[in-house]
Amino acid sequence: MSHIFRGAPLGPESLRQLFPVTRSCKLFATSHYHRTVHVPDGFIDAPTSVVTGAVAAAAVAVSLRGARRELDERTAPLAGLVAAFIFAVQMLNFPVAAGTSGHLLGGALAAILVGPFTGVLCVSVVLLMQGILFADGGLTALGVNITNMAVVTTIVAYGFFRALVKLLPRTGRSVTIASFVAALVSVPAAALSFTLMYAVGGTTDVSIGKVAGAMVGVHILIGIGEAAITALTVGAVIAVRPDLVYGARDLRQRLKLRVNGALVDAPAPEGARTTPVAARASRRALWITGLVTSLVLAGFVSFYASADPDGLEKVAADNGIDKKAEEHSSADSPLADYGVKDVDDARLSGGLAGVIGVGVTVVAGSTVFWAVRRRRTADDVSPVSTSV
Amino acid sequence: MGAGHAHKLYRHGHSPVHGLPPHTKLAATFAFVVVVVSTPREAMWAFGLYAVLLAGVAYLARVPAGFLLKRLLIEVPFVAFAVLMPFVAEGERVEVLGMSLSVSGLWGAWNVLAKGTLGVAASVLLASTTELRELLLGLQRLNLPPLLVQIASFMIRYGDVITDEMRRMRIARESRGFEARGVRHWGVLAKSAGALFIRSYERGERVHLAMVSRGYAGSMPVIDEVTASRAQWTYALALPLAALVVCLLGWTL
Repeated sequence: MSHIFRGAPLGPESLRQLFPVTRSCKLFATSHYHRTVHVPDGFIDAPTSVVTGAVAAAAVAVSLRGARRELDERTAPLAGLVAAFIFAVQMLNFPVAAGTSGHLLGGALAAILVGPFTGVLCVSVVLLMQGILFADGGLTALGVNITNMAVVTTIVAYGFFRALVKLLPRTGRSVTIASFVAALVSVPAAALSFTLMYAVGGTTDVSIGKVAGAMVGVHILIGIGEAAITALTVGAVIAVRPDLVYGARDLRQRLKLRVNGALVDAPAPEGARTTPVAARASRRALWITGLVTSLVLAGFVSFYASADPDGLEKVAADNGIDKKAEEHSSADSPLADYGVKDVDDARLSGGLAGVIGVGVTVVAGSTVFWAVRRRRTADDVSPVSTSV
Repeated sequence: MGAGHAHKLYRHGHSPVHGLPPHTKLAATFAFVVVVVSTPREAMWAFGLYAVLLAGVAYLARVPAGFLLKRLLIEVPFVAFAVLMPFVAEGERVEVLGMSLSVSGLWGAWNVLAKGTLGVAASVLLASTTELRELLLGLQRLNLPPLLVQIASFMIRYGDVITDEMRRMRIARESRGFEARGVRHWGVLAKSAGALFIRSYERGERVHLAMVSRGYAGSMPVIDEVTASRAQWTYALALPLAALVVCLLGWTL
């Protein structure tokens, strides 16, 4: 660790300057719990709290099963220690400028480092303990908090991370980029899901456009900080223990042997299955084409299309049918009529809504796809793994 | 988590509230908060009665008012948010001190402030009269999945250890002349965070091996089963039941 000591050797006087005794003692005493802002009681009405509670309970139940499948009886100590890590790292202050500082929320980091199941569990446990021990976040709002900050953040982050890792070339740098984007998207996604809950069960009628604008705007800023810290931290872990990064397990380099001065591939261990390179490349091309096409269609085409009424809507307007038509029950939702509220330009708004919609659909679709494929590969592998 | 490792919110004492079994206290607190949240906001007097009920519990638990009020400060960020509400909400407006405020926004702010404060006060009372270990036992008794309780107990058990490790890293950085002043220094801090994760994870692996070598097979033995008599349940549930009466009055009046 010699690089730490480069520069002039420190004499006792300069040491005292750098590390005054009185100051250090004070710091010890004040290393206390650094709170994050969680939703309190009374913010979301009782029925919505019950529903989100049920959603959170279901997600935690699924994660418990998933984590146990991955970690067996190691689940409790490992998830517990990772939860303690998340709890501690939320207290690590990252100075921004002029006395302000940010800190990690940790959902995306947990998802990338230990996987979505264990990640959901760790963040949920942290939120539960913060609610009960530190009165941070209302007890009836636990469902809201867990759904937003543990479930939505983790799933969105992991979905984006895996998609990007698959799309980008297999290098260390793309893992950094993927974790940056994943964390960047995950924070506004949680804000958006909170806005949705607020639209359904908010106790004050602030217009949803205002809530969404303020929440998403602020959280994009927070998300940038979160993204930078997450990417740097994931990079630091990958540099030392790449095997511990759950999201990048399949990026591990093949073992090479140096034989007579030339590098050769080590013989693959028995039972290891490798996808042929051609198949992998074609699948990646398919992913990229699909994603780009749908983004272009949703964003670009609806930019021009959405200012005109839909065919059926136009017919209805011409014939006066729509006077009787009742507003759809979700007409107040932020994506109602495929336009983002409070964004004045109809075309821009429609395009934005299209991109958001495609994003949500892609995440949902690839989650299903991924789950099904995982199950299939698990079935394929099981006879092999018993023989090893 | 032995002696001397109580969390900071806990106040040692021997009051009747301290003596109640933890799961009855958890159930009572949760029921109380649910009742408070489902009270109509127009019944302002009901919230006053709830506050009186909580003050009674605090008196029984011998928790001083200053202690309780200081703990309520955790709410401050949301108070700021509530203050903003009357200005941004929709609906008819009233003139107050020359400012145009939304009526529904005022109701919303009152709603969040009253219910949020009562919720925080109830949680603070629970945390200040119940030890950590008891809380975990209570959660287990209330049929939270055992695995979740185990994870929570490991988090609590090693939270201080990991935080201490982070503190030692900070001291190591500072004693080498490093001081984080801006975004340029995030790399160093993130490396510390990465190292902290690796240490935590590896400690988890060691803890697991140590547990396996002592016979752990996926579940913790229940050594001290907490039980509650009917009298204790009645005593604990007196708070939410009284609140329920107030709530029903609030709906009918």
